[in-house]
Amino acid sequence: MRALLLRDLVLAVRAGGGFGLGLAFFLIVTVLVPFGVGPETGLLTRIAPGILWIGALLACLLSLDRILALDWEDGSLDLLATAPLPLEAIVSVKALAHWITTGLPLVLAAPVLGVLLSLPGPGYLWVFVSLALGTPALSVIGTFGAALTVGLKRGGLLMSLLVLPLYVPTLIFGAEVARRGTEGLSVQSPLLMLAGISFGVIAALPFASAAVLRVNLR
Amino acid sequence: MSIWEYANPVKFIRTADRVLPWLSGAAVICLVTGLIWGFFFTPDDFRQGSTVKIIYLHVPAALMAINAWLMMLVASLIWIVRRHHVSALAARAAAPIGATMTVIALATGAIWGQPMWGTWWAWDPRLTSFLILFLFYLGYMALWEAIENDDTAADLTAILCLVGSVFAILSRYAVNFWNQGLHQGASVMRAGALAGDTEERVSNVFAIPLFVSIAGFVLLFVALVFLRTQTEIRARRARALLARERVA
Amino acid sequence: MDLVASDLTVARGGVPVLEGVGFTLSPGRALVLRGPNGSGKTTLLRTVAGLQPPVAGEIIGAGERIAYAAHADGLKAMLSVVENLSFWAAVFGTQGIDDALSAFNLEELAGRAAGTLSAGQKRRLGLARLMVTGRPVWVLDEPTVSLDAASVALFAEAVRAHLGQGGAALMATHIDLGLAEAEILDVTGFRAKPRARAEDEAFL
Repeated sequence: MRALLLRDLVLAVRAGGGFGLGLAFFLIVTVLVPFGVGPETGLLTRIAPGILWIGALLACLLSLDRILALDWEDGSLDLLATAPLPLEAIVSVKALAHWITTGLPLVLAAPVLGVLLSLPGPGYLWVFVSLALGTPALSVIGTFGAALTVGLKRGGLLMSLLVLPLYVPTLIFGAEVARRGTEGLSVQSPLLMLAGISFGVIAALPFASAAVLRVNLR
Repeated sequence: MSIWEYANPVKFIRTADRVLPWLSGAAVICLVTGLIWGFFFTPDDFRQGSTVKIIYLHVPAALMAINAWLMMLVASLIWIVRRHHVSALAARAAAPIGATMTVIALATGAIWGQPMWGTWWAWDPRLTSFLILFLFYLGYMALWEAIENDDTAADLTAILCLVGSVFAILSRYAVNFWNQGLHQGASVMRAGALAGDTEERVSNVFAIPLFVSIAGFVLLFVALVFLRTQTEIRARRARALLARERVA
Repeated sequence: MDLVASDLTVARGGVPVLEGVGFTLSPGRALVLRGPNGSGKTTLLRTVAGLQPPVAGEIIGAGERIAYAAHADGLKAMLSVVENLSFWAAVFGTQGIDDALSAFNLEELAGRAAGTLSAGQKRRLGLARLMVTGRPVWVLDEPTVSLDAASVALFAEAVRAHLGQGGAALMATHIDLGLAEAEILDVTGFRAKPRARAEDEAFL
């Protein structure tokens, strides 16, 4: 399992798309928002946590099809399926690799981009915490979407259509933690819900992803 | 005789042919009765005026929007466990009906909400949940369309339906949490108990035509699912016959 | 332990292509599948490898004993030859890739990125992967495609060595590898009678 994780990480670094692309996209979204809504600081302050969450979510979505599609095309997915690793472990590792290459950089970059949106003081902590807790769920749910559409020629758009509704609860609770934290309100209940969703999907969804992948490999 | 006999496509088509006229007839009678009664023979609400009468479309459509997904969930489970093709096709057949019901519920809600709340749309939890439900329907139907192999499509959509159900419930709670909203409580269901003497209870004058209308929508839904499942089975049969011709 | 397939029916895209296939593959033996294109050799191999379930019949002694090599080599263009092999060795929990490198004459290419190899060199790397799996039953689908005569000889030697160590090989190929241990199974005789897709039967 470690070998698979390492391989995916090395590939992400060497292929160049992994760390860079998602981050650049996140940056661009964050920069575009003030152009769209106007430069007024008060407004930006208010919407900053939500924008950072939406930006991170879209940047995450952008790279989902790389999780499985490349391995599908060059036949390694077939070979991995005959390897001693259960498919459940394979999809979990793939989701983890995706999180490390896409989610983690986004989490680290979000406070920096917060400066651009005049995020108030306590916001930095809570945006960071909520993204750190929520992005793993985005990767795991995204892997399920990638597994559903892996055999399709132009699965990208369909995958977005399938994955985005599944992102709703994570987004709501995550953004709520960030917003409440920024405004100095109690974050306990949304934080617990967000943690619950993250741990829940990490524990359960790989079984669905593996089942779907088995159907697609058939 | 077991209920699984109807999992045989031929048997299902024959049975559906027999019951469809009765189902459709009953649906039409209930709908016409319920709607005419509701629209023309109930008093106006003292606060909401005549606009309240859209309730006879809005509430049944909203109920069926959710029940259609539940039906798809049950059908998907049956497909996964027992692998009856009719079950998978029935789930497929129900999806567009459910999506349409969701649209009707959203549209009538907007029409009702405009004079009441002064806005066509508000990010009220219930409205939002229905919008999300609509997105789930869209994704489900798109996945069915995208996959060529029938059994693969049935498997994948069934799993999507299961996973989607869990996330739909999560979304419902999340949305409730996110915005407390201005939608009135589900006074109808409390009327359904007909026991409470609370002020909010919908009085019998409104409730009885509403129940007739709901019954009409249920019958309509069942009839449409039968009809569409029949169509799906026949389309599948046509493809199977063509495929056989090609190999023979 | 023998690999035994009995009364096997396999389907491609739901259409049965072969039926009633049966064979026994003992350690130290090789079985070569023959048959025209599209006769179902690949489907049979995928089924034996466990990638798809058989429509009917059963396979005993497969599962975790199979090392499968398909048309696609599953190589990562951005990884070097050594990295590609080491990855598979780690996945299968085996040590050492040197034997595999030397058996397929890949030492000189060891540091090259797999993406820069020629088709034949890639194939050799793909086949070298079999040796690092440490699994006894090789299931090979057209292993000699794009190999030159010298490479085919290398491959035949590797298979012979594998059989000599008590391994077995099931392969679809048209080239005579000169293996004394090889039996030939012509799948033409098992072709499924033209009929509907299994999943369609309920609808006819």
